[in-house]
Amino acid sequence: MTTPGVDDAVREKRPVTDRRLHPVTPLRRAWAPVAVLIGWAVHDPDQAQRQLTRLTTTTILVALAVLVPAAALYGFLTWWFTHFAVTDSELRIRTGLVFRRTAHIRLERIQAIDITQPLLARVAGVSKLKLDVIGTDKKDELAFLGADEARALRAELLARAAGFAPETAHEVGEAPSQELLRVPPGVLAVSLVLTGATWGTLAAAVVVPTILWLVTESAWSVLATAVPLIGAAGASSVGRFVAEYDWTVGESPDGLRLDHGLLDRAHETVPPGRVQTVRIVEPLLWRRRGWVRVELDVAGSSNSVLLPVAPREIAASVVARVLPGATVPARAALSRPPRRAGRCVPLWWRGYGLAVTDAVFAARTGLLRRSLALVPHAKVQSVRLAQGPWERLWGVADVHLDTGANKTVTARLRDAQEAAELLRAQAERSRTGRRDARPDRWMA
Amino acid sequence: METGSPQNTGTTGDERAADEPGWTGLPPGLLRMRRLLLVVWLGLLTVGLGLLLGLLVGPGWAAFALLPAALIVWGWVMLGRNWRSWRYAERADDLLISRGVLWREETVVPYGRMQLVEVTSGPVERHFGLASVQLHTAAAATDATIPGLDPAEAERLRDRLTELGEARSAGL
Repeated sequence: MTTPGVDDAVREKRPVTDRRLHPVTPLRRAWAPVAVLIGWAVHDPDQAQRQLTRLTTTTILVALAVLVPAAALYGFLTWWFTHFAVTDSELRIRTGLVFRRTAHIRLERIQAIDITQPLLARVAGVSKLKLDVIGTDKKDELAFLGADEARALRAELLARAAGFAPETAHEVGEAPSQELLRVPPGVLAVSLVLTGATWGTLAAAVVVPTILWLVTESAWSVLATAVPLIGAAGASSVGRFVAEYDWTVGESPDGLRLDHGLLDRAHETVPPGRVQTVRIVEPLLWRRRGWVRVELDVAGSSNSVLLPVAPREIAASVVARVLPGATVPARAALSRPPRRAGRCVPLWWRGYGLAVTDAVFAARTGLLRRSLALVPHAKVQSVRLAQGPWERLWGVADVHLDTGANKTVTARLRDAQEAAELLRAQAERSRTGRRDARPDRWMA
Repeated sequence: METGSPQNTGTTGDERAADEPGWTGLPPGLLRMRRLLLVVWLGLLTVGLGLLLGLLVGPGWAAFALLPAALIVWGWVMLGRNWRSWRYAERADDLLISRGVLWREETVVPYGRMQLVEVTSGPVERHFGLASVQLHTAAAATDATIPGLDPAEAERLRDRLTELGEARSAGL
């Protein structure tokens, strides 16, 4: 899979070879001045028109003659001064024209690697590569690389992170991927139709502007509310369909592969042992069909969906592969809080449930939209027991588990005695669970 | 208003920690500092309010100054209860912190999960010879702070935690 050019360059000048991004990169911000102008014109149309009529052809030409080369030069210089290099243990990114910035990203700390291709980048045959490490941000992505180069680089980074010898790392190539599941577009469409949020935003987009029109009869206020509401409705229905179209989950020795997108394609790789929490969400209207949505938390990564929609059994088998040794506890295996918990949270207390297996801590919340969160014992950073005065009166307490992805999973309203034992036992399990966990360098 | 020994935490009404290794309470310095601050600020408020109302409105109205005075008494008791509720235990593999009177919270942090140990001490705390130790893990929700320690004890705890953290170090 590696491109010969890249390969040779790496071999010739070890240990560190500086590389540059793809030459189309300077164009990525070319639209920015245009967008600023359009934004200004939309924001203040009268003023914009008045200013435009005052301009003569010569002024426009002079302005263009200054602006275009300046923008081109800036784009070129930023590209020229951005380098990246892969060393034995780090990815180094040097960037910045005036303010220099050097990021050294440790490879054994990677939590995920994302390759994304926005629509225009697909046309140009380039893609972005982002290494998710805790603390990295948007600035640390490599945009853009040639599509083949990005795949080769991902394979090399994963091979090095996995612990292959540095000399062979760039020859290992891409690990073979085995497809676990592909979500059919029809199922995805039906699942979105059956989602409350889709209808909620659509209803809001219809009702709110209508009421406003009846009350104020001012076209501007209607437009000002309708546009964002319709935008939100579109994002939650069409937008989600486009983003989650052709969702494919694959498994490879390098970890989990998630590929999705209709217009913008995204390819995410989560190496083994990086998943901090898995949540199985079951909206009310999906229950009859037995569908669930599976979300995951990876530290430092913005990816949050593992499966947009899948039958429960298949989802459980995928979860079992993501969290080795874990099984999704059956509904009957979850223990409810004691009856008196109803005094603290009427009715909804029935939605709470808890199960602890050898591998995971599973806590369920929600009565209508059920959500079951699974935390592997080895991923727990700290355990907290909290009890308010009203809860103490009824002898119940909450147990919070904090994970490295900055999420907290809570087992609510357990019997106080049970909660205290849970706190001790969970701390013990989390400590010992770590011993069985796989090393950061998963091939070493 | 006795300032009970740290081990005697009868007010929390909870004795299930009987099998636990030694809990350590906070040194009395923190309570002294908090009470002093309370008395100084609310005392000033009482006197100021009393004088202001007495001179401008009438001596009868000055009785309102008793409000902050009552607050001093209430706060005095509350600070005592809160101070007594704080305790921590260094176990073989994790640190336990327990606190709170009405809203109780107990935190367990395995040493291997610590990313950073911080010792902080503000100007007022320094004057009273106090320092607080804060533990950070990869989860921001982990709120493990031990306030009002003796600086020497804070440093000992920091060094010990760092040492234990290194020995049991684990990533994410």
